[in-house]
Amino acid sequence: MRWAVLQFPASNCDQDALHVLKEVLGQDADYVWHKETSLDGVDAIVLPGGFSYGDYLRCGAIARFSPVMNAVKAAAAAGKTVLGICNGFQILCESGLLPGVLVRNASLHFRCEYLPVKVENATTRFTGEYKTGQVLRLPIAHGEGHYVADEATLDSLFANKQVLFTYCNAEGKNTPESNPNGSQRHIAGICNRAGNVLGLMPHPERASEKILGSDDGLGLFLSLLKSQNA
Amino acid sequence: MIRAQVIVRPRLSIFDPQGDAVCRAIQHLGVANLKQAHVGKCIELELDGDDIEAARQKLDAICKDLLSNPVIEDYVLTLTPANGK
Repeated sequence: MRWAVLQFPASNCDQDALHVLKEVLGQDADYVWHKETSLDGVDAIVLPGGFSYGDYLRCGAIARFSPVMNAVKAAAAAGKTVLGICNGFQILCESGLLPGVLVRNASLHFRCEYLPVKVENATTRFTGEYKTGQVLRLPIAHGEGHYVADEATLDSLFANKQVLFTYCNAEGKNTPESNPNGSQRHIAGICNRAGNVLGLMPHPERASEKILGSDDGLGLFLSLLKSQNA
Repeated sequence: MIRAQVIVRPRLSIFDPQGDAVCRAIQHLGVANLKQAHVGKCIELELDGDDIEAARQKLDAICKDLLSNPVIEDYVLTLTPANGK
């Protein structure tokens, strides 16, 4: 499986993502600079975390106009896998590949910690190696992860099982205290209707080796490998 | 020369944590009857030329695509003719 890890100015989780793909999973993976216009031959695209363009205007608002984003849109339309993590999720929302938008955390605080995150739908290419209802331990690190969409959009996301991850407590309950940023309905990650584009605020690539505190995020990448080979 | 000003505001239906924090700070400074505060952005642009309607059409599209996100924000675009510097 061939992977592209996109690099925007001020991406900063690109190395983590490439490390997991190449060193932990032995995948064929390369960086692709945001000024490239082709993603031909690539099976999966990672939009990594960071602060693309200094988060000026709104997080992801300027990166969505990077030349490579036309190729990302074409790949998404062709059913290829697109994974946006943290700032990558923000870019996917700004570019219209995912609905809604991520705004300032309700607390105004930057939150950097491990949290319980519940798998809401384990029947997708991103989550097949998990179980629905499984509680993962994943790190977050963001100041703008507060997911906002109108009520109709939220209803349709849940009705179509596009909500793949929510913030929860250790028992898997979506309590107000377990929501780190004020996200509507505790949303931590959503996919598009076709199920090939995922955006999530937690960092699976930072939780893919036990030595780093958790390898609960590895299942996401393993799910993708399995679905690609199926 | 044309001067353009874009005011971008969070939609009132969207919780605005910055506005909320600013509101509480102002109340703390003694303005007890303050009800609400909202924090937006003011973007100022200067363009060569004097065709205000043509500039308005172009900038309106830019406001929708880049300067604001219609999911969470509204904008007001104002254009005025300006003499050179």
